[in-house]
Amino acid sequence: MPPMLWLGVAYLGALAALLITSLWTQNDFTGEIERAWTLENFQDLFRVDVYRTITFRTIGIAALVTVIDAVLAFPIALYMAKVASPRAQRLLVIAVLMPLWASYLVKAYAWRGMFSADGPIAWVAAPFGLHSPGYGLFATTVTLSYLWLPYMILPVYAGLERVPSSLFEASADLGAGSWHTLRRVVLPMAFPAFVAGSIFTFSLTMGDYIAVKIVGGTTQLLGNVVYDNQGAANNLPFAAAVATVPIVVMLGYLAAARRTGALEQL
Amino acid sequence: MLSPGLRRSLAAITAVVLVFVYVPLALVFVNSFNTDNTFGWPPPGFTLHWWHVAWESQGARDALWTSVRVAIAATVVALLLGTLAAMGLRRTRFFGRNVVSLLIILPIALPGVVTGLAFQNGFRTILGIDLSLWTVVIAHATFCIVTVFNNVQARFQRLGTSFEQASMDLGAGRWTTFRLITFPMLRSALLAGALLSFGLSFDEIVVTTFTASPQDQTLPIWIFQNLFRPNQAPVVNVVAAVLVIFSAVPIYLAQRLSGSGTEGMTGAR
Repeated sequence: MPPMLWLGVAYLGALAALLITSLWTQNDFTGEIERAWTLENFQDLFRVDVYRTITFRTIGIAALVTVIDAVLAFPIALYMAKVASPRAQRLLVIAVLMPLWASYLVKAYAWRGMFSADGPIAWVAAPFGLHSPGYGLFATTVTLSYLWLPYMILPVYAGLERVPSSLFEASADLGAGSWHTLRRVVLPMAFPAFVAGSIFTFSLTMGDYIAVKIVGGTTQLLGNVVYDNQGAANNLPFAAAVATVPIVVMLGYLAAARRTGALEQL
Repeated sequence: MLSPGLRRSLAAITAVVLVFVYVPLALVFVNSFNTDNTFGWPPPGFTLHWWHVAWESQGARDALWTSVRVAIAATVVALLLGTLAAMGLRRTRFFGRNVVSLLIILPIALPGVVTGLAFQNGFRTILGIDLSLWTVVIAHATFCIVTVFNNVQARFQRLGTSFEQASMDLGAGRWTTFRLITFPMLRSALLAGALLSFGLSFDEIVVTTFTASPQDQTLPIWIFQNLFRPNQAPVVNVVAAVLVIFSAVPIYLAQRLSGSGTEGMTGAR
């Protein structure tokens, strides 16, 4: 089957080659890649403080962005699925999808404008004697949460749609208040949908380096380290070693997600 | 049901989130008319000057055309492979159903830097191929397959196999059945998948930066490279505003196509 050849051989092959390359080394003088086995790259990755910090920072931001998006997505998805009229529901789906089609770069760029020193945020903050927080970790977190929000809203919305409305009534009949129903009935049923959405928010954050460059100031994430070490003039084997970190994290994440049945909801 | 108070607060939160979603996009649009080329807020005045400059920008035009070509090529490959994969998976109940699904999701589930670097390393270090627009197309097609696959597979699951069985029972061969039954049945799913795939490829930058040669400029790369140049910033802003406006086009098409626009629009980036 051609698709399996393409994905199975070409893509998995490329991933395998990446792992192999991470065990090679680069000659400092000639810049040629030397095909000799070594664990040097991984030793650097774990021993050098900067890389350790960047790794934890990246995972931390990925987790934070995921939580922010889940918290923002739940009310809007619930409103769309269970409160809005069919007409409003249709319009809301469009309203959520629209920004998904707007270019990724444009959205990151938009936040560069929002956070700029004399931009709208500074303008709103000025009367209170405050400044724009400027470019950095905070702007990066906001921008990434913004970028990936639709990826969380859509699966959660689809998941909540599947919760039968009769369950809400049954729960109410049995004496549960709205909050209780949400916590004990709706959230557990929607959980796989949250996990499905989180795969995107988490993975996209782990692999991002563009948004960080646009709004992050000097902040570095794993993606930046990978990008800065690629190319002919740099250290591809080390970049490959760094890239294994998101692979391992994501494979672990996917394995955990599988157990919740989230992969069927993608 | 949910209490009226809760319903009201849900409506309020929804409104706030939508404002949060649309304010930055509106800002890009307004700033494209801003006379101040560093985009001071509030704008001191409005002008169409930047739109004129952007219209004349050869770099932006070339990059746009490059992006369109790459996206079309990647979409064609994704349509072929995605459909074949969905068809293969449908007829055979072979052992690796989950494995195949996982394999198809993987290029999009793994972070962009990983897919990008894996391809770059594969092409350059392992195969010794120079990077070009073709390497970009191969990389893009790989993560676009999932969009077509998801749509086609959902359609298969919904419609079952009875129409095709009836066709075969009535004496139509495999090819005739595909032409007259399967393909018409899939048409709108294929269109939705193609639309998503095109959008995905057109917008992609992370994998692209790893798999394109320095001479190749897709539109996202052009934007990214000109973003930090102060005298180019207003032009970039106009291009960004145009892209925001044009993002309504696929939504409109999808609505016309499927009636609800949600099938296949969820779950793929």
